[in-house]
Amino acid sequence: MKFETAATVNPIDRMKVIGWPTERIDGPFKATGRASYAYEWHDVVPNQAYGYIVASAIAKGRINRLDVSRAKQAPGVIAVVTAENAGKLGKAQRNTATVLGGPEIEHYHQLIAVVVAETFEQARAAAGLVEVDYTREPGRFDLKAECDSATDPGKITGGKSDTTVGDFDRAYAAAPVTLDATYTTPDQSHMMMEPPSTIAAWDGGSLTVWTSHQMVDWARSDLATTFGMQKEKVRVVSPYVGGGFGAKLFLRADAVAAVLGARAAGRPVKVALPRPLSVNNTVHRPATIQRIRIGAEPGGKITAIAHESWSGDLPDGKADGAVHQTRLLYAGANRMTATRLATLNLPEGNAMRAPGEATGLMALEIAIDEMAEKLGLDPVEFRILNDTQIVPDSPSEASDDDPQAGAPTEGHESPERRFSQRHLVECLRLGAEKFGWNRRNPRPGQSREGDWLIGLGMAAAIRGNHMTKSAARVRLDRRGIVTVETDMTDIGTGSYTIIAQTAAEMMGVLLDKVVVRLGDSAFPVSAGSGGQWGANCSTSGVYAACVKLREAVAQKLGFNALDAVFEDGHVRSGGRSLPLVQAAGDGEIVAEDMVEFGGITEQYEQATFGAQFVEVAVDAYTGETRIRRMLSVCDCGRILNPTAARSQVIGGMTMGVGAALTEELAVDKRFGFFVNHDLAGYEVPVHADIPHQEVIFLGDGDPMSSPMKSKGVAELGICGVAAAVANAIYNATGVRVRDYPLTLDKLLPGLPAIS
Amino acid sequence: MKAFTYERASSPEQAAQMVARTPNAKFIAGGTNLLDLMKLEIETPTHLVDVNSLGLDRIEATPDGGLRIGGLVRNTDLAADLRIRRDYPVLSHALLAGASGQLRNAATTGGNLLQRTRCPYFYDTNMPCNKRTPGSGCGAIGGVTRQHAVIGHSDACIATNPSDMAVALRVLDAVVETVQGDGKTRTIPIAEFHRLPGGTPNVETVLAASEMITGVVLPKPLGGVQLYRKVRDRASYAFALVSVAAVIRKDGGSRVALGGVAHRPWRVEAADARLADGARATMAELLADARPQPENAFKVTLAERTLAAVLAQARI
Ligand SMILES: Cc1cc2nc3c(=O)[nH]c(=O)nc-3n(C[C@H](O)[C@H](O)[C@H](O)COP(=O)(O)OP(=O)(O)OC[C@H]3O[C@@H](n4cnc5c(N)ncnc54)[C@H](O)[C@@H]3O)c2cc1C
Ligand code: SF4
Repeated sequence: MKFETAATVNPIDRMKVIGWPTERIDGPFKATGRASYAYEWHDVVPNQAYGYIVASAIAKGRINRLDVSRAKQAPGVIAVVTAENAGKLGKAQRNTATVLGGPEIEHYHQLIAVVVAETFEQARAAAGLVEVDYTREPGRFDLKAECDSATDPGKITGGKSDTTVGDFDRAYAAAPVTLDATYTTPDQSHMMMEPPSTIAAWDGGSLTVWTSHQMVDWARSDLATTFGMQKEKVRVVSPYVGGGFGAKLFLRADAVAAVLGARAAGRPVKVALPRPLSVNNTVHRPATIQRIRIGAEPGGKITAIAHESWSGDLPDGKADGAVHQTRLLYAGANRMTATRLATLNLPEGNAMRAPGEATGLMALEIAIDEMAEKLGLDPVEFRILNDTQIVPDSPSEASDDDPQAGAPTEGHESPERRFSQRHLVECLRLGAEKFGWNRRNPRPGQSREGDWLIGLGMAAAIRGNHMTKSAARVRLDRRGIVTVETDMTDIGTGSYTIIAQTAAEMMGVLLDKVVVRLGDSAFPVSAGSGGQWGANCSTSGVYAACVKLREAVAQKLGFNALDAVFEDGHVRSGGRSLPLVQAAGDGEIVAEDMVEFGGITEQYEQATFGAQFVEVAVDAYTGETRIRRMLSVCDCGRILNPTAARSQVIGGMTMGVGAALTEELAVDKRFGFFVNHDLAGYEVPVHADIPHQEVIFLGDGDPMSSPMKSKGVAELGICGVAAAVANAIYNATGVRVRDYPLTLDKLLPGLPAIS
Repeated sequence: MKAFTYERASSPEQAAQMVARTPNAKFIAGGTNLLDLMKLEIETPTHLVDVNSLGLDRIEATPDGGLRIGGLVRNTDLAADLRIRRDYPVLSHALLAGASGQLRNAATTGGNLLQRTRCPYFYDTNMPCNKRTPGSGCGAIGGVTRQHAVIGHSDACIATNPSDMAVALRVLDAVVETVQGDGKTRTIPIAEFHRLPGGTPNVETVLAASEMITGVVLPKPLGGVQLYRKVRDRASYAFALVSVAAVIRKDGGSRVALGGVAHRPWRVEAADARLADGARATMAELLADARPQPENAFKVTLAERTLAAVLAQARI
């Protein structure tokens, strides 16, 4: 199915199953331990051995000598694999560093050996006996120090690295009110609960991995590339994933080590990354330094806006797309954005929880708050004043080859690019009303309750609504059971449930007649989970397959597919009504299709919008910040399941609190590694940090987004939250902190004097 | 983790004997610290002596009006004991500010006193650390030091003692009771129990390797307002940046100790007398010799402000 024109009325609009707060259909499996996570497939293949990883002790340099002789002789050891005996390995398209290091070392905790033994304990003990002699080389570990040598990466996710519209410099110089401020965000770690884990089994030239991955098909092709085999010979199984947040988009050491170990041992091998390795061995969100300049008229209209960002990565790595949303969020005739990428020898940076917007809005939405204060405007009103239904950066983005690109846009040539839907103003207004924004004292540091300084803060949110093709297979069997098969993953998001709801709605049956099977490369290739595209795209793929199944059913029953109504387990047309199950009377009916996006989805800018509101209390003595209330108002298309969607958004809000207050990978700039590489040192919010959270969905369907009229939801929840917290802290204390996280030491100098 | 053998003792003396006669042996109580360290091969004992069922899990009155806390009393039970809550609330508050419910259920009085530092370089066996590998150097100095000590440290080690309980015990002037393999017992005032790092940060207490903690004695109740204030980056489940244990008495005799600032709970008796003059005067005495790292200089300010908060609360 091609989705190229706006959706019209379709069976999903009935919303008899879709849109209801259905409980997770996989909930009982998880609660009773029957949902196997990657490391727990104890019975799928017999004779599983255990692999334990040896990781590099240096960040950059070479291995002079790697002596595995003692490890090999240790009790229970079956095999030890290093770069020396691993054979030739390819490098997967999505990997920056080589997964198996040696003799050259590219980053700290890079995989250098895997020890396979009969038991986990034996493997771990033997791994401790591997002796490595290194030569350290000086590396670059300090983003700030490397900014001057940073270069233009050419592109960032979602567009070009640099854009210009109008004449920023002139407009900024002429603006009566201006802001020029620099913000920093630290390296951060995904810290999902389930560590990256894999069981690998070879069968002749065929490989099966049970792993924990967000994108089954990516894992499959990355494994094929790495091990130089045909993709068809690789099977990836990943039906339950214990969180990912972007960390499990890529092939990591657990999978490579398990596959190598299994090949060397001649039997299945399982490997999990211990917690310390999930920081320096995998990917992380890179730190940024962001400079923002805004010029406005005294009335509050933005006339000039610039956003520049610096981040670092290993050679040939990727830049963080922090500037991207600044091309879309606020109006203003003269604009520029720029991205520079420095070479760093820290572990590889990559996608994490709304990559781009999450970091970009941490800076931009403080800058907007600062600007509103300079202008004497309420921050909500200032944002509304600069809202736009037209994509502000569209001229230059749309006219790639036009030598005139970037010239003032007065006039004609560049067609205006619009958002498919944009209800940011509604989010802001509704949020302000529900949150009691009018109770905020615009003068900071004025509200006090006992020892607590109280402040309100807010921020706008935007996050792209990405579309990628997604396929599914649907079966109707003799018992009337509808089974959906797709390689879509459920990373804790609720995919099983919304996919079941989609199939039930389309086929006119109750949920108890639907079975959903996910996360297996034997199934049709889906959009996978990432970039908040999973729900909208994968259900649209299921929709497409169900349309096919409905046609087949109608034909079988002698109905005209176009006017047949699927309802209450029956198919009706004209005056006739037959049970759905009758269509499968003489055998299962199978239909498969894929949704592909184009046309309208490209002509319009696709994004989700929101408004984040936060109340904080800051201890006047110690500077400890406690969040008191949070509200998120979200404009993200039709909500397929309010319970699942809310759970996604409050998760995002919680991560936003972490980003604001505690989350920071501390870099040792001498040894070149993230020092706090466990959950004791890297502090994510605990229950006591998170108060009552409220989420409101505007809930309008967006017919330009997909046949489901839904959009991405989850990552919108984190966007803007950290800045809203920072703005609330400013409102509470009068201390403006531009360097995340806002730990108490940064507030202490500005707190009231003590008697 | 290295392979190890395991046995259960039937009396404290026997436990101490077992540890004394087996090279590289250690006691194991709740295991909440020791097992983590063994998994990471920071501690590599080859023999464990389990001291969990020796009847040391009781809290009893002493003849001079205090309490004797068995060395194996769980942190949860100690914090919940009615006598502790009534007469030594600073201890109860300190315990409840530490770790999590599950950990406190397993953690013991003796184990808590001997828990090791949370210095991240100590935790990463690729890094130099004089405490873990004497003579290898200190990885932390010049590196990431936000959590580290501001006073009492040496050029060899700037680690802090992470225990909350110990700070309360210090302000209460508790006494540690031990037994050794030859049956000899002794008492050690808490002030002398933990060592400063000096040139041997690997030696953290005055205990002999095979000396077992049998109990901790609290002198008779001090009365006054007893407060424990722990400041950290998140609301729960984090080690202290700074903590203050205080006993504030109108008639003089007030006391204060700090956690999170040194290699042991930090108390300077001369500072107690300045409490009546306020936080600044007290800190001028208590942290007079502070030599913070660039990253943790804020701890000095934070300690003073936290004490001010405690004093304000005590006055209400
Ligand atoms: C995630 C986490 C968070 C934590 N947070 C905090 C916190 O916020 N505040 C805090 O104060 N603590 C905290 N802790 C530490 C916790 O309090 C200690 O782990 C616990 O008190 C240790 O007691 P245990 O009985 O388990 O000791 P074990 O782990 O059994 O032993 C610790 C050490 O003491 C020795 N030992 C034990 N008993 C005796 C004895 N009777 N005589 C002689 N030697 C003995 C052992 O040989 C070992 O060296 C935390 C721990 C964890 C894992
Ligand atoms: S501060 Fe102490 S514990 Fe930390 S690295 Fe230095 S010597 Fe080791």
